Amino acid sequence: MKKRITNWGNYPEIESNLLSFRDESKLRSIVSNEDSFIPRGNGRSYGDASLAPTTILTLHFDKILAFDKEEGIMECESGITLDQILKVIVPQGWFLPVSPGTKFITLGGAAASNIHGKNHHAEGGFSKHIVDMEVLLESGQQVRCSPVPNPDLFEATCGGMGLTGMITRLKFRLKKIETSYITQKQIKAENLAEILELFDKYHDYTYSVAWIDCMKKGKNFGRSILILGEHARVEELDAGQQKEPLLIPGKKPVVFPFNLPSFVLNKFTIRAFNFVYYAKNLKKEINNIVHYEPFFYPLDTILHWNRGYGKKGLVQYQFVVPLHRKDGLIEILNRISEKGMGSFLAVLKKFGNHQSLISFPIEGYTLALDFPVRKGVFEFLDELDQLVLQYEGRIYLTKDARMKADVFWKTYPHADRFQEIVKQYNPGFRFRSLLSDRLLITK
Amino acid sequence: MPTALILGASSDIGLAIARKFAQEGYDIQLGTRDPAAISSTQSDLSIRFNIRCSLHQFDADRTASHEFFFTQLNPSPEITVYCIGYMSQGKEMEDSWEETEKIISANYTGAVSILNIVSRKYASQKKGTIVGISSVAGERGRQSNFIYGSAKAGFSTYLSGLRNWLYPFGVHVITVKPGFVYTKMTENLDLPSLLTASPEEVGRAVYSASLKKKNTVYVKAIWRWIMLIIKFVPEPVFKKLKL
Ligand SMILES: Cc1cc2nc3c(=O)[nH]c(=O)nc-3n(C[C@H](O)[C@H](O)[C@H](O)COP(=O)(O)OP(=O)(O)OC[C@H]3O[C@@H](n4cnc5c(N)ncnc54)[C@H](O)[C@@H]3O)c2cc1C
Ligand SMILES: NC(=O)c1ccc[n+]([C@@H]2O[C@H](COP(=O)([O-])OP(=O)(O)OC[C@H]3O[C@@H](n4cnc5c(N)ncnc54)[C@H](OP(=O)(O)O)[C@@H]3O)[C@@H](O)[C@H]2O)c1
Repeated sequence: MKKRITNWGNYPEIESNLLSFRDESKLRSIVSNEDSFIPRGNGRSYGDASLAPTTILTLHFDKILAFDKEEGIMECESGITLDQILKVIVPQGWFLPVSPGTKFITLGGAAASNIHGKNHHAEGGFSKHIVDMEVLLESGQQVRCSPVPNPDLFEATCGGMGLTGMITRLKFRLKKIETSYITQKQIKAENLAEILELFDKYHDYTYSVAWIDCMKKGKNFGRSILILGEHARVEELDAGQQKEPLLIPGKKPVVFPFNLPSFVLNKFTIRAFNFVYYAKNLKKEINNIVHYEPFFYPLDTILHWNRGYGKKGLVQYQFVVPLHRKDGLIEILNRISEKGMGSFLAVLKKFGNHQSLISFPIEGYTLALDFPVRKGVFEFLDELDQLVLQYEGRIYLTKDARMKADVFWKTYPHADRFQEIVKQYNPGFRFRSLLSDRLLITK
Repeated sequence: MPTALILGASSDIGLAIARKFAQEGYDIQLGTRDPAAISSTQSDLSIRFNIRCSLHQFDADRTASHEFFFTQLNPSPEITVYCIGYMSQGKEMEDSWEETEKIISANYTGAVSILNIVSRKYASQKKGTIVGISSVAGERGRQSNFIYGSAKAGFSTYLSGLRNWLYPFGVHVITVKPGFVYTKMTENLDLPSLLTASPEEVGRAVYSASLKKKNTVYVKAIWRWIMLIIKFVPEPVFKKLKL
């Protein structure tokens, strides 16, 4: 059925022929009958990665195929969401190896973007935890790949944005937990230099991320809160929590019912938000025990908070610069705060040394923030791209909706090799998206 | 653990009902024409909900096999849900008789055949629940799908009579009229979202109806009123409408 769709940023919008499948034979018939298409999971990428004139929806292909509760290995069809997986594994004492900032993404989307979480510095991206997966190619052939058989297909599929083919099944390793709680430490940093020091100092924590105020200038430039966490052990819980250490909450999220006009998000509200945020955290350091839900998925309790950016939507800008280019981070953040166009939320994280062929993370600092779509934003982001390029960084494709092709080719050093592998498995470029066309990967 | 038998388990509605009962602790028996095709549903239900789930070959058209099908189920299910249905893709009056018979068989005769067997058993043991997924399409014949509609009408009438017959035995019968539902049957239709339920809503409605011993369930309440209006239109007017 034809329908107008967008991803999480509500920008861009496209009319797309939406096709679903519930089993592999139906998928194979779609792939043989349609001209070109892109896999689409839960549309939680921000820009145009899973948009195309024909999209193949995976959400009905959501069965759990196997779960080894002793070894912590699970195999699922690719359209299952992390939300559904958590409900099954947490009560059994297992957790996701990598969690993004929302649990409403599919397993296929997690692999295709090779997502990273707060533990990237310690445990790498999602693909590190994949045992193997099956990919249905443009030819209709189904190929199993992993770091050992067919490593080229594996490498180009992890972070490959759906361009090698449709991931159908995926087997991955889970992480053992004693409780569904996190021992959390929040530390206030007065400025950017301090937060970067804190990242180094607390390097041994499994989970670390910082909220950073991008509006503040002067001596408090880059003030932030570092959030650290470890999976809590049973003895760390209070008596009430110990009664059900692997509790999962059953409450329903609230839906943001309509699009708010963009002016709600002017500079004033951004400042106000930051003020409230800081008032809650007046002490230098707060230590407490929190459930994994608010720790990993703080925004999920408000389903569709993206509608708060109004009808025109938003673009999320996430870049990374290498460790030795801290100066780049400072300069870019400076430009962002001078311009004042960005969001109240910016997330700063230090990535570890886990790289792969086409995935986004490199060892260094990554910053992510939202820009409501309005006059001047795209020009400004083009300027930022030039800085990212100059400081040897790159932009996260799954968040992107507007980068120019030359920036992509200059910043992803293995783009050529990636395209070669894509050509080998998807020779007619029948798997293609607005993103892959825009970046001239499939053109 | 109680057991629920779901006939038509390969449908989205069947899957959602199975998931809901499994979530509530039922073991599940899945009846379908091609069990191998839904083996992933079997692993999914048993892993997600920590229950036992088995697959069984069932074809509504092959009425001669129904007695054996039901007696070999072990354990015998406490609740039987019939959600098999068939609607032809083209215009009904252009269908071959074979196609027309498929509609009648899946929605009516096949249902009567298996549910008679189930009912005798439930009556003899003086307990059990039967759920039939019928349709609002059975409430008044319209030119667009009156073969399907009349088969569903027959099914609804059968279920109400069955409810009456089984009442003294303490066996309960539920008629479900889902209204529009987002499923693969309706994937190519642009359905009005206010009138359309998700399969999960149907699953929840069926489970709650089984607890509360409801008789007829409209998944979206508004359908009761819509059908009331549709039934009130006088026939001389109704016959001229393009519905
Ligand atoms: C609030 C929020 C927080 C986020 N936080 C993080 C974060 O912390 N870290 C992070 O890394 N990302 C984060 N993301 C981004 C998100 O994790 C990725 O965009 C993810 O890929 C979305 O998955 P999806 O199922 O929604 O897929 P979609 O958005 O539909 O698709 C994303 C890409 O995956 C491809 N794809 C999907 N399924 C398949 C398949 N079966 N086979 C092949 N290709 C497929 C699509 O073609 C597309 O290229 C966040 C997003 C949101 C909205
Ligand atoms: N979708 C709606 O809007 C809607 C509205 C009102 C009522 N309903 C009713 O809800 C039920 C489920 O429908 P759905 O929308 O989920 O449609 P569906 O996907 O087309 O499901 C139909 C189911 O019936 C099975 N089936 C058909 N003929 C059969 C036969 N002869 N023997 C055994 N199984 C047979 C199919 O199994 P196979 O896989 O073997 O074909 C499938 O499981 C149907 O009774 C339908 O009439 C649906």
